[in-house]
Amino acid sequence: MKSEKELIPHLFRSEYSKITAVLGRLFGFEHIEIAEDIVSDTFMMAAETWGQKGLPDNPVAWLYAVAKNKAKDYLKRNQLFSDKIAAAVAYNSPETYEIEIDLSGKNITDSQLQMMFAICNPIIPAEAQIGLSLRILCGFGIEEIADAFLTNKETINKRLFRAKEKLRAEQVKIEFPDKEEVASRLNTVLTTLYLLFNEGYYSLSQNASLRKDLCLEAMRLTYLLIGNEATNQPAANALLALMCFHSSRFEARLGQHGESVLYEEQDTSLWDDELIARGQHYLNKASVGNAISKYHVEAAIAYWHTTRTADKWEHILQLYNTLLILEYSPIAALNRTYALSKTIGKEAAIIEAGKLGLNGNYLYHCLMGYLYSGIENTCAIANFETALKLTKAKADKAQIRQYISDLKNG
Amino acid sequence: MNEFSLIFRNEQNPDVQFSPEQMQEILKQWHDWMGGMAAQNKMANPGNRLAFEGAVVRKNNVVTDGPYAEIKEMISGYIVVQTETLAEAIELAKGCPIYNAGGCVEVRSIIPMSM
Repeated sequence: MKSEKELIPHLFRSEYSKITAVLGRLFGFEHIEIAEDIVSDTFMMAAETWGQKGLPDNPVAWLYAVAKNKAKDYLKRNQLFSDKIAAAVAYNSPETYEIEIDLSGKNITDSQLQMMFAICNPIIPAEAQIGLSLRILCGFGIEEIADAFLTNKETINKRLFRAKEKLRAEQVKIEFPDKEEVASRLNTVLTTLYLLFNEGYYSLSQNASLRKDLCLEAMRLTYLLIGNEATNQPAANALLALMCFHSSRFEARLGQHGESVLYEEQDTSLWDDELIARGQHYLNKASVGNAISKYHVEAAIAYWHTTRTADKWEHILQLYNTLLILEYSPIAALNRTYALSKTIGKEAAIIEAGKLGLNGNYLYHCLMGYLYSGIENTCAIANFETALKLTKAKADKAQIRQYISDLKNG
Repeated sequence: MNEFSLIFRNEQNPDVQFSPEQMQEILKQWHDWMGGMAAQNKMANPGNRLAFEGAVVRKNNVVTDGPYAEIKEMISGYIVVQTETLAEAIELAKGCPIYNAGGCVEVRSIIPMSM
């Protein structure tokens, strides 16, 4: 049995988002803060009551009952508001006119999906979409979000406030898109979930457990999409496959001091075989239809990384070619050059790297440092020293200093 | 950034036959070349490859088989690259694997629609 100290944060994370989604859908973006306040009050009350009287038999049912009552009280007190809600509720239960708040599993899932489509809306910036997702869909505190973005609470509060204002001003409805719209709207949702995952996976934040939570939440939300018939599309499966493959290396890629461990130096016994198998499952499910998304290509690259065959780098190189032709990104260009060094050697890769036009990019100088190591060590050191000036992350700085000292000591 | 079309011209030569391994190698060369340009963010549009089948339509409903009836060379495809200058686009074209098979690349500036 978990102690209360552990139980409340755990329940907060998992239940906050569920109740907020249901109440948020009921209240709309016009009054989303009220929904959030009701849920926060509910948890505050739980902390106080449970602290005094001990845990109830069924904490989740307790939370739902309190949240429901609080919401009903609010609606009764606020006449103007209840006119609008009552009309909708009366339709569902014409006989009693009693306000019913449906916290069944199905309605929770539906509400979360609808909330996802409402938040992942290109009228607000990507950062705001991720922030709102973390707050409303994942139940993260403002401080945690600030930590993940390496900024302060004020900035996050402002960002979320502006985003909600914008969604209100544009009268964005919390609803499922029309059948014809699902495909294009799903793209935006997938992009946000992809960025949310990357925020955790590549974040500079030193808080390893927070970073892992971001990744797990992105996976949970993607999983919700796959559980729904309309959104169970190949691209969503490909994205989940990608996330499974990446997270299979979660333990192996973080060193003792929070520095990232290069793929080559990872202890492969730390790779999670179960997640790799799940990744393969979703990648197979993604392999239907003719459309190929960047998630398909990235998942395939991540798959080859988990294998130990001799020709894997050739496969990875070709996939990076495909990915770059689909959509350019500096990180893909750098990774392609790394794969190139594995297939045609470092000297040839140095020439290609020079053409990338990425001078001044931290990872570019890390790559150049790696490529020149053992070929022309003075150039390697110069590049690592440039990289050192371009990063603020302590763990990365320490690692680069290590590379430089290894090179100097021959 | 300006856009240039790289137009691939081939001579159709029925005497040249490639083994599956050679075909695989040619495919890889093309893919690496395109991937290399894309890695420099200079690929504007991967364009299309054009098949041998086709027809030429002329005035008065005159239709002739094949696009290669009267010209020695045929166009086998095109891509669009983005560079500052024609010279840079020509530099990219120099890496094309087409020359091994006797073809050539025509580099043409694309007239922008918004001036």
